[in-house]
Amino acid sequence: MSETILNEPQTLEINFGPQHPSTHGVFRMRAVLDGETIRGLKLVIGYLHRNHEQIAENLTYPGVFAYTDRLDYLNSMQNNFGYALAAEKLAGITVPERAEYIRVIMAELARIVNHLLLVGFLLNDLGAFFTPCLYAVRERERILDIFEDVSGSRMMCNYFRFGGVKNDLTENQLGEIRKVVSRLPAFLDEFEALLSKNEILCMRCQNVGGLPKDLAVNAGITGPMLRASGINYDIRKTDRYSIYDRFDFKVPLGQKGDVYDRYYVRILEMRESVKIVEQAIAGIPRGEFLNAKTLPLLRNPRLFKPAAGEAYGRIESPKGELGYYLVSDGTPQPWRYHVRAPSLINLTVLEEMCVGQKIADAIVILGSIDIVLGETDR
Amino acid sequence: MDTQISEVKTQLETGLPDVKLRTIGNSILLENPEDLVRAAFFLKEAPAFRLDYLSSITAADYLDYLESVYHLYSMEKKTGPIVLRVRVKREAPRVPSLVPVYRSADLQEREAYDTFGIVYEGHPDLRRLFLWEGFEGYPLRKDYRQEDTDVLEIADIEWLEKHGVNVPEKFKTQARELAAAGKRALSEKPAQPRN
Repeated sequence: MSETILNEPQTLEINFGPQHPSTHGVFRMRAVLDGETIRGLKLVIGYLHRNHEQIAENLTYPGVFAYTDRLDYLNSMQNNFGYALAAEKLAGITVPERAEYIRVIMAELARIVNHLLLVGFLLNDLGAFFTPCLYAVRERERILDIFEDVSGSRMMCNYFRFGGVKNDLTENQLGEIRKVVSRLPAFLDEFEALLSKNEILCMRCQNVGGLPKDLAVNAGITGPMLRASGINYDIRKTDRYSIYDRFDFKVPLGQKGDVYDRYYVRILEMRESVKIVEQAIAGIPRGEFLNAKTLPLLRNPRLFKPAAGEAYGRIESPKGELGYYLVSDGTPQPWRYHVRAPSLINLTVLEEMCVGQKIADAIVILGSIDIVLGETDR
Repeated sequence: MDTQISEVKTQLETGLPDVKLRTIGNSILLENPEDLVRAAFFLKEAPAFRLDYLSSITAADYLDYLESVYHLYSMEKKTGPIVLRVRVKREAPRVPSLVPVYRSADLQEREAYDTFGIVYEGHPDLRRLFLWEGFEGYPLRKDYRQEDTDVLEIADIEWLEKHGVNVPEKFKTQARELAAAGKRALSEKPAQPRN
């Protein structure tokens, strides 16, 4: 924000956060207000900084898994997935068929969890205090029960391993997943009947926080936020990593790129995720759930010594492109480990979206970006 | 080396003949960091590539030099990645900023500056991102040493001695130094709000 704005007598500079319920964590915004209109906005982050990258560089490769859970702590499964892909690329490990299916099932369930929470808390920010959020959290709990059953933990799952996953899925667990997922379309219909055509929601969200296409691409926005602006870019479709090329699903797109589009794209994505999980459960083959070659690594992680080189693995996490950059020097510890965090980079355009809007809208715009501070600050 | 990288290399060599480059594995190293903005702009506009999306900026420390790595993708053509890298000296490292070409470089260059101390020249607002202004050192460089936090304080030593524990002289000196450093820091730098 320029000096001239600050020096004008009518403007007022205020701080949101870091301890403010609407920032969903320890995020801080410095806003310059003219009446209720935002004239400038800067973000201040780092309150949750723990130098995740340095911690990882002092660990063994398999040891990093548990720390990736803490990045985006709402969907640890997806964080594990990205890291596993990057490290497998680095070391040239193959993944058995059944493990790929289990991974996709878990990743898509995590996507549903993430979007449910996002929509619930977005409505909270709008003032619908906890009524829609509780419905969303109720469904989320059922999925977290599955995570607990499968991996032993509800949120910090630490379920993926190099070359597969930690435990196999039993027939019972598959049946349970099928049961939970089959409820979701009806729930989403009900949820949408409550929300999508709600007058207040429409008035507060439509034409607020618009993001033009070219700016979205240039600023490296990814995930549902990019697709709400009308750009068809989904890493599941372009990179076809893991086995996503086998499933039939659509990529929902928005038109205007406003908050309403971002909300609605996520609702539609949940429906597509349900389809993917159903197809994966129907097609899951029998067989190994972990590459037998990687078994010694579970006992002794220091045996994992990829040849010197580098790899960049990326996935479509619910928030956008989650990338891991790994450099190996042939020792059991990574020489360089970098996380390309979607939560951080999607914040690049926060100021552009907020300037000219009312202060109450800034809260909604921030909510619709979908950040998790564990990932932003690292 | 895959085909796309070699294609990019030949196109860059014909389009920008004075840019010196060579390939390392599956990436392109620009010998002179000053060429970075021109090369990135060329790749962004070239109709054959249209690399319009800068996914990730990473810095890395290789002891002899620092490196800045760029992963470029094309959203229009759905291709990528093309990896560009530049190398700079450890002392006073300077790399031109890519913010004029890609807005997505904004926060990522601040992050690399914060953790590696690479100065991105031309960045509109190059400040530390995660750590506070006034933090000394760049924590992801390999020669960074964290200060020793395993030091007993004076009160601890008093308590231990009162209970009959014989505390070595080394710990007492450390405790005195720690207390003195704390007082010095308080007198020199009054607490200021971050911005």
